[in-house]
Amino acid sequence: MEKRVTFGRWTIGILFAVPQLILIFTFFYWPAGQAVYWSLTLQQPWGGGNIWVGLDNFRSILANADYWNSITASMIFAGISTGLAMVIALVLAALTDRQLAGSSLYRVVLIWPYGIAAPALALAFRFILAPEAGFMAVVNKVWPGFWDPGLDGADAMASIIIAFSWKYVGYNFIFFLAAFQAIPRSLIEAAAMDGSGVIRRFWDIQFPLITPTIFFLLVINITESFQDSFGIVDIMTAGGPANATNLMVYKIYSDGFKGLDYSGAAAQSIILMLLIIALTIVQFRFIERRVHYR
Amino acid sequence: MTIIKRGFAALAAGALSTALAVPAFAEPVKFDFWFGLSGDLARVVDTLCKNFNDSQKDYEVVCTSQGNYDATLQNTIAAFRAGKQPTVVQVYDVGTATMMLSGAYKPADKLMEENGYKIDYSDYFPGIARYYATSKGEMLSFPFNSSTALMYWNKDAFAKIGKTEAPKTWEDVGADLKALKDAGYDCPMAINISANESWQLMEQFSALHNQPIATKNNGYDGLDARLEVNKTKFVQYVTDLKKWYDAGLIKIKSKDLGQDMVQAFATGTCQLILTSVGDHGTVGRTQKEGMNWDVAELPVYAGTERKNSLVGGASLWVLSGKSDAEYKGAAAFLNFIHDPKTALFWSTNTGYIPVTKSGFDFMKSNGFYDKAPYKGREVAIESLTASEPTEITRGVRLGNFTQIRAEFGTQMQAIFANKVSVQEGLDTLVKNGDAILERFQQTYPGKTLP
Repeated sequence: MEKRVTFGRWTIGILFAVPQLILIFTFFYWPAGQAVYWSLTLQQPWGGGNIWVGLDNFRSILANADYWNSITASMIFAGISTGLAMVIALVLAALTDRQLAGSSLYRVVLIWPYGIAAPALALAFRFILAPEAGFMAVVNKVWPGFWDPGLDGADAMASIIIAFSWKYVGYNFIFFLAAFQAIPRSLIEAAAMDGSGVIRRFWDIQFPLITPTIFFLLVINITESFQDSFGIVDIMTAGGPANATNLMVYKIYSDGFKGLDYSGAAAQSIILMLLIIALTIVQFRFIERRVHYR
Repeated sequence: MTIIKRGFAALAAGALSTALAVPAFAEPVKFDFWFGLSGDLARVVDTLCKNFNDSQKDYEVVCTSQGNYDATLQNTIAAFRAGKQPTVVQVYDVGTATMMLSGAYKPADKLMEENGYKIDYSDYFPGIARYYATSKGEMLSFPFNSSTALMYWNKDAFAKIGKTEAPKTWEDVGADLKALKDAGYDCPMAINISANESWQLMEQFSALHNQPIATKNNGYDGLDARLEVNKTKFVQYVTDLKKWYDAGLIKIKSKDLGQDMVQAFATGTCQLILTSVGDHGTVGRTQKEGMNWDVAELPVYAGTERKNSLVGGASLWVLSGKSDAEYKGAAAFLNFIHDPKTALFWSTNTGYIPVTKSGFDFMKSNGFYDKAPYKGREVAIESLTASEPTEITRGVRLGNFTQIRAEFGTQMQAIFANKVSVQEGLDTLVKNGDAILERFQQTYPGKTLP
């Protein structure tokens, strides 16, 4: 029979949980509750008063074509950048795990990008991808008008996707490498002795064994691409050109803080929260089925 | 995270200032001044504050840069909601309507009167005073850093096409740009089309041509004002700009692309730009060796009776809820800034123009405008005072105008990327801008602009 350590009185248990509960309440439930309240009212920015408007804020947001454009842009951004960041990291980690020459060097170098703050990274990429001064200027010389993120929305979207993926390749790499190294060598060696090649071993042994990590990173990458994209968008495109990169999190910032429309921004953040929750539920319901935990 | 950090910083600063503001003998009364300038300009403000503190013993102003105008307003609002607001704050031009409805200020004219300072409000250039005054003409805030838009032109390039003077009409500009292109200049004129350029492209243009941006006299007469730039001369202007862009006469220059338009002009890459007189110093300091250039008033379409251009910049607001002692200090500070000698110091060290006639006269009598690096800046005053301000050229008083400017950038980008026609783009600008205005009006039910 399992032996359990229990407290004699339930109040002692509660008492131990109180500090944590206070923290969660102060830094999560209270602000989130405040956001819900704001989203149902029209707040005067200086605090002069507010009016109860029910769901009007949500109605006007959902009736706004710009908002739907923002949702579409966020989805495209999340899909492509998550795919890029995960595939590249997976390939790099698989190669590093094979102990190719210099792999100890890659291991250190590839972790660095995640340590760089988003705005600093965005500034660097703004230089690299500047059509007139940076690396792309060379391409533009050969092929005039090829790269113009100032007016071409697709180019601008590509810029922020590249910058974001670059950062998260480093993050994903750490987890993938750890997952690969947790696979018992004996399994791979046995397969090798049975005559299977590198690719075969990857698909039949390594890949199935790291699916929990893949699933974890998928959830994190998608969530982060909705939230952590702010610094990159703010520095690189400021949502332009013509709203092409106006991701949901950036729109919340510009409407709320620049436009002083606190209520509209609160409603948008509620929608964003619901969307991320929904996406995560979908992932757990449908993708986790294919994950094999050991 | 940063918001939380700022919140803590604001709390800490607030706690500190109340702790220090307790009147004590021989200790000067401290009060806070938050401003939105950074870099070189922030250093000049710091010197200005030091000069004020050295000039008397009763008060000490603590000047804190908040980085930029947006952040200053945001942080001030957050501080105000927490009851830790600064005494004096610098608010940018387009924040005026928001401030007027905030109920969070002490009218500057009343403050000065209560503390025994006599300010001659007719001494302010009318174009500057009216921008910040109520519809009845009361000054709720004090104009501080002020500028207006000018045309910068490369004399060497224009000499090549046989011109010794800057073009005065847009028709001439069109012909000159063509001639410059034919003479081998790759970039005759540079513009940018982000939210920031709403100022010189839409607002200044509309004022010079006495064209409204919104109904109700650009919003001065009521919160129910709505945009109407899709049916004024502005449509013609955007059409021409787009035509010249398509013909390769205009290039888009912005920092994101590698070089902003001021750099493009200073390096001689582009021959004509429209920007603030505040950039006069930057162009002078960073220009290509030996390049001859000058500034001129913005052109108008032929047959237009030229009106005054609009002031840009920020004004100083005194916030409510402070002690009498702090208000005394604030009044002394505003009076110090109003002094012509401060105007000379301020304009010499920045590109901003004096806001009062006496300040301008004092600077002229000091020979300020005769010397090389500052010569030409008097054109800004000429442009601002080209006419008595009309009902429309007083300024723009629209709620959440920052968002309307953002919408301007968005639609101009759509137009220049050939996504929509000029008329469609401007129609959308009006439609989306009106939604912003409507929302602003709903947020302040039953309130009217003073």
